[in-house]
Amino acid sequence: MPLTEPTQGGVALPAETATELAAPTAPALQPGAPAAPRARSEVLYFALRNWKFLLGSGIVLAALLAALVGPWLTDYTPLEFTGPTDQPPSSEYWFGTTSYGQDVYSQFVYGLRAAFLVGALGGGIAWILGVGIGFTAGYRGGWIDDVLNMLTNVVLVIPTLAILIIVAAYLEVQSYTTEAVIIGLTSWPWAARAVRSQTFSLKTREFVEVARLSGRSTRQIIATELAPNMSSYLLMTFILLFGGAILIGASLDFLGLGPTESISLGLMMNNAFLASALLLGSWWWFLPPGLGIIAIVGGLYVMNVGLDEVFNPKLRAT
Amino acid sequence: MTRYLARKVVIYLVTFFVAVTIDWAIPRFMPGDPVEGLLSRMQAQPGSVEELSGYYTQAFGFDVPIWQQYLNFWAALLNGDLGRSIANYPTPVSELIMGALPYTLALLVPAVLLSFWAGNKVGALAARRKALDNTVLPASYALTATPQMWLGIVLAWLFASTWAIFPVSGAYALDIQPSWSLEFALSFLYHWILPFSALFLVAFGGWAIGMRNMIIYELEADYSNYLASLGAPTKLVRKYAYRNALLPQITGLALALGAVVAGAIVVEIVFSYPGLGTLTLKAIQNRDYFLIQGIFLFLITGVLIANFLIDIFYVVVDPRTRIGMQGS
Amino acid sequence: MSLRVDELTVYYRSLRGDVKAVDGATFAIGDGEIMGLAGESGCGKSSLGKSLIRMDARMKHVGGRVELDGRELPIADDAKMNAFRFREVSIVPQYSMSALTPTRKVGTVARELLESRDVAFDEVQPELVRRLELVGLSAEVLDRYPIELSGGMKQRTVMVLSTLLDPSLLIADEITSALDVSSQRAVGELLVEFRDRGFVKSMIVITHDLAILYQIADTILVMYAGKLAEKAPAETIVGAPRHPYTRLLISSLPEVGVRFEETRLAGIPGKPPSLLSPPTGCRFRDRCPLAFAKCEEEPPFVELEPGHEVACWKAAA
Repeated sequence: MPLTEPTQGGVALPAETATELAAPTAPALQPGAPAAPRARSEVLYFALRNWKFLLGSGIVLAALLAALVGPWLTDYTPLEFTGPTDQPPSSEYWFGTTSYGQDVYSQFVYGLRAAFLVGALGGGIAWILGVGIGFTAGYRGGWIDDVLNMLTNVVLVIPTLAILIIVAAYLEVQSYTTEAVIIGLTSWPWAARAVRSQTFSLKTREFVEVARLSGRSTRQIIATELAPNMSSYLLMTFILLFGGAILIGASLDFLGLGPTESISLGLMMNNAFLASALLLGSWWWFLPPGLGIIAIVGGLYVMNVGLDEVFNPKLRAT
Repeated sequence: MTRYLARKVVIYLVTFFVAVTIDWAIPRFMPGDPVEGLLSRMQAQPGSVEELSGYYTQAFGFDVPIWQQYLNFWAALLNGDLGRSIANYPTPVSELIMGALPYTLALLVPAVLLSFWAGNKVGALAARRKALDNTVLPASYALTATPQMWLGIVLAWLFASTWAIFPVSGAYALDIQPSWSLEFALSFLYHWILPFSALFLVAFGGWAIGMRNMIIYELEADYSNYLASLGAPTKLVRKYAYRNALLPQITGLALALGAVVAGAIVVEIVFSYPGLGTLTLKAIQNRDYFLIQGIFLFLITGVLIANFLIDIFYVVVDPRTRIGMQGS
Repeated sequence: MSLRVDELTVYYRSLRGDVKAVDGATFAIGDGEIMGLAGESGCGKSSLGKSLIRMDARMKHVGGRVELDGRELPIADDAKMNAFRFREVSIVPQYSMSALTPTRKVGTVARELLESRDVAFDEVQPELVRRLELVGLSAEVLDRYPIELSGGMKQRTVMVLSTLLDPSLLIADEITSALDVSSQRAVGELLVEFRDRGFVKSMIVITHDLAILYQIADTILVMYAGKLAEKAPAETIVGAPRHPYTRLLISSLPEVGVRFEETRLAGIPGKPPSLLSPPTGCRFRDRCPLAFAKCEEEPPFVELEPGHEVACWKAAA
């Protein structure tokens, strides 16, 4: 069952998270949790044969390649007013130019860089927080769980964008790092919930009891018993947070709340919109950034589905 | 059941409290002085700087000790006073918000409800028809990865600019006044379709994927196997599966509310739709702090209320919460 | 004869090939007979049971024929089997605790299920209530959601529901595995009572627990690695088994009241062969203390004395 994040309104959660969220005292279900740590080679074997995983990661890697190498292929920088305005794609300006005479292609590839940065850093921070809080709450239980739960619930209900608007309004965000940090600090709750319920259900399984009885310390138990069994879940959670951070970042940039001194895909769309590109029909300006986001985030989602099938053999048979 | 709901209410009250506190705290703890920032932006005449500075200091409450600022904030809030807009002085913030709210709701509520209904239905259908699945699934993944404002731009470009089928901005034609007339209603609808579609399509994708996966999962559940073993027709099995699959989807709806609101904001901006989104953008551009704060609080309250309504609905629909659970 | 199974062969499709779960099973059950189907995990007993009522997506019917009350059971054809399900063949599944959908009242599920099978619920409702009371539940159960019932109550409800239409054959798949000993006994007694009252004509009780079979079964069929090993009246299986596997099974059972202080409980060393590519010849060969040269050839499942069939060269000798 794919694990999916509610960033765009309406992507369902796996059963265990959903039931856990609905009636939090219900025992968590275990529809497709991996039974035992899989040998790395076995994971790789199946991963490389799963077309969804291959397709998704292929797209993401292609985008990453474009982000890394793309800027070297052009002499233009994204913000310089280099040429004629509002030009459609040509051999000189591969993606055309903006209303200010900027090269759309270089804006696009630099924008991809910013997207990956925000996704990785923002997603990474959210992941660390979500996994850390969820794990601790699930494993320790008791009052620690209650406190962390309340914290999670509160941050969960507050609309991320609202917080970001407030913060960014007062704090001039001038780097994508800052933006990523802010995004990371506000989008961890659903991951915390998911990890918490997974931890809950794993905690009560026998092999953990055995480890505890044989005197392993908490840290050892977490490292050697729980983490390997949750590794697939954790990986998929990160992928979703990555995608989600990119989407939120794009919205922020579109609102003008992101860094204005550099370029991002969301900012491209903002600029294009403000310059009435859609009325002028300068499709080369506003189509690429959105398509880029769809490619990266969509690729991540599809990759995730493929990974789910790799990790949960039950899904493979279908 | 009451325990379940009571728990939720406590969470919402705490959240409200925290949100208000954040709202109050941020301007006071952010680097830089908002009053100074405002003044420099406004490029006020030297003579009026003193006065304006004094006014704003008082408006922010910076002239009294911190704890008193906090209490005053709460007092004003509970009185429904969100301050006065800086850019649109002397209009009260609450008035501006109330003026914009109906338009946002007109977009949000149908988009949320219809996308939920349609997405779930189509997702369930796709779960059992391979041909449909092969088109719905990739399309839905693409849709749910689409930034809403981009979709809004594309729709506007195609259907309003290139092929002038729909208007490109506004909630109604410029020469009509809002009223309960058919003329207004039609104009309103005409302007509403594109922004609604942008929100609807993206959300639809998400629900469709979710429901499709949930149905597949539920069709493998023990109760499904049991019914099938006793020869129940597929229709009955699917009916039960759908019912059970809907529950986590409803939970997902509550979680997605924040994201949906965010989507509405950006889409409104694309279409210059006179709702909270456009209001927010203007507030940000004008550094209209009180308006921003007011909108923030308003959004939070709205989301909390919506969450609560969904919780009530969930209790009605899932007998397990009504009856109470054994502790895990 | 109530049930006749002839060379039934059912395989599971898997990524690595076909798992030969049931390989040429031939046996018969008479009217009113409770046959226990025993063996260790993975021996094919559950697959055999399932194949008689509903093959899941990965199972395929490779060969063999099943006849119930003289009519052929179209087990390979899912659509055609539907006519027989619930009415002629029924099942009490292993997962009885979760067999009822959590979002509907028990009575609603019963009603909708029966109506969908063209049975007027109102007509059978009095009988349903009567049987519920028989197993110690009240009619109130119908008004409850599954979550309000205890595990035992759900188990009994499912037993009543599954047998409501008086099927000819009931398959009870590991229904006691998750229960404690006293509940096991109670459920076992219920099964016998159902048979005695004519709710069910014959029964296959699948379990790995020989002890309970001894209590309730008339005959016991022991399976090993997809093949039938021995079939005999319960007394004989426990008292005078002829197949080495059965004998080892019996001797590895602790006896109530006997304490093992000096000697160790004898288990059976080794593990069953993989069913993906099972060995030729007798599949128990590698673990059998009596194996000899002839065992490289697969022993047929033959009747040694009336009602006692064994698949073993040594036993047949």
